[in-house]
Amino acid sequence: MGTTKIRNLLAVSLTALLLVGCASDEPVDETDMGPDSGSMTTGEENMAPAEETIVQPQKPMIDPSTNRITIFDLGDAETLTGVFYFDFDQAIVKRSGHVELDKHASALMSERTLRVRLEGHADERGTREYNLALGERRANAVRAYLVAQGVSRSQIEVISYGEEKPQVMGTGESNWARNRRVEFSYR
Amino acid sequence: MRFCKPVCVSLLALLCSMLLPINMAAAELRIEVTKGVDDAVRVAVVPFAHKNRGRLPLDVTEVIDFDLTLSGRFETLPTSQMLSLPNDSSEVFSRDWRLVKVEYLVLGYLESRGDKVQLHFELYNVFKQSVEVRHVIEGNRDELRDMAHYVSDIVYEQLTGIQGAFSTQIMYVTASGDVNVQEYRLNIADADGQRVRTILSSNEPILSASWAPDGKKVAYVSFERDRRPAIYIKDLVSGARQQITDYPGLNSAPAFSPDGKQLAMVLSKDGSPDIYVLDLASRKLRRITRHYGIDTEPAWTPDGKSIVFTSDRGGKPQIYLMPLDNLKIERLTFEGDYNAKASMLADGSGLIMVHRREGVFHIALLDLNRGRLRVLTETSLDESPSIAPNGSMLIYATQKRGEGILAAVSVDGGVKFDLPSSEGNVREPAWSPIKRKVFTPIEG
Repeated sequence: MGTTKIRNLLAVSLTALLLVGCASDEPVDETDMGPDSGSMTTGEENMAPAEETIVQPQKPMIDPSTNRITIFDLGDAETLTGVFYFDFDQAIVKRSGHVELDKHASALMSERTLRVRLEGHADERGTREYNLALGERRANAVRAYLVAQGVSRSQIEVISYGEEKPQVMGTGESNWARNRRVEFSYR
Repeated sequence: MRFCKPVCVSLLALLCSMLLPINMAAAELRIEVTKGVDDAVRVAVVPFAHKNRGRLPLDVTEVIDFDLTLSGRFETLPTSQMLSLPNDSSEVFSRDWRLVKVEYLVLGYLESRGDKVQLHFELYNVFKQSVEVRHVIEGNRDELRDMAHYVSDIVYEQLTGIQGAFSTQIMYVTASGDVNVQEYRLNIADADGQRVRTILSSNEPILSASWAPDGKKVAYVSFERDRRPAIYIKDLVSGARQQITDYPGLNSAPAFSPDGKQLAMVLSKDGSPDIYVLDLASRKLRRITRHYGIDTEPAWTPDGKSIVFTSDRGGKPQIYLMPLDNLKIERLTFEGDYNAKASMLADGSGLIMVHRREGVFHIALLDLNRGRLRVLTETSLDESPSIAPNGSMLIYATQKRGEGILAAVSVDGGVKFDLPSSEGNVREPAWSPIKRKVFTPIEG
């Protein structure tokens, strides 16, 4: 009981710290971010005008065609990219992805009926079966992060496609970097 | 190129039984190979007459000629340069062939008998003026191509001392379409690229197709059910299919044991990818490896007593050997930081595998007796090596101009061929372990 509470508190404050950290780190981190992951909504920092109307917390919405999730924060809608990129032969969740991952974690914790499939992928280099294992390792790393935030394992399924479903075709590091990823697929 | 005719290289052509069997006496082999290529045996495949009225559905002469030419060991004489067209040795004037410097003749004719066709053929030595082999085989009209490959196999074996592989098949996966909608197919073709048939097509990935040792069944992984991986076994004779696994996590890399009774595979249901062996009759599943790292790509040793596999338990993917009786793991590869997808040669003397050198993925051969590693390919992104049943060649997947293609290389690395396809990306070739059709000579 007590420890859970403390852990949650810690998680919240850690998240806050990371948010601060990331906001200032942003330009530095950009290089090792995947090309599509830069959709954190910035520039909306000016406080919403404090009217009397009390905004009910809105439930996250899933787009059934993309399986992406849209979250609502004080009435502001944000569709999460749900894609996280990895270094070659690595399965370490990058710091640059923590901000969005925390939003996924919050959504999953606030709505316990939400189910997400984490799809792990690898680039085309190396053997297919080894890449399947590598894709799974990446998806497991993302799951571990979410579970550490408090998400229930039962809400998460892990699947690896290895190098079989690239996001982009073609060789070279710029393509490979976009294919080493974990994608969130909500349902 | 005196009488070399232009040859159109089609899908999977050139695959057949090149050169010498796998043998670790590399230096000697290489000399012989060079000689074989430079000094190809001159053969004339004389058009086989049909002794009855009507045309047969296939020209066997063309198939035999194609097989022999593409093997790289023979130079065949175009029909237009033949001074006579004998159908058996009694009709041969040696002078006609000495003039055009032909060393051997492949002679024959066909006789229809009801629904059956009899093929009579001889391999004739022009200089000795003697018949080296004489066979008669019988088959159905729709087996003419198999009969032609049979002739090629006999000729090849007689003249090289190595079993031919013209009667074998290649299984492979194709992927076409764009990134959003891909169509995957599992195909089987003759070793000369003909008679392609599709075993499975799906919009979700198909991979890891492998043959049962009797060549009658194949195992593969398909993501078709709810986009999750499962291992299936397909009976090629009856067409029946069985789903073998449906575990959470990886269901990967099925490999039949040499006796066909067990299936090695990779499952991650217990946390991390480990090797398991399923007894196909009792359905008992035995866990073979226990490690938090990645263990994958199991391959049986030819005696069926051990499994080689890829593991990153040492930090980077390397090849390990595990005897199934005592499960004492031994590391086999030490050179390089990426060795994967190994298979052992039939005589146990070496490993064929994927090896990364200076960031580039190649196919390599590791001599297990001397510990020497030799890179066989000069292409990049090479993977999925599969050895021909006669041990002479291996086929693998690589890339050319952004497309996945198959390529073949002789085991000494001396001969290399590309096998372009018109059917999108081609990958994961697996050479069949046996001949598609076996004929018993009825006389000869």
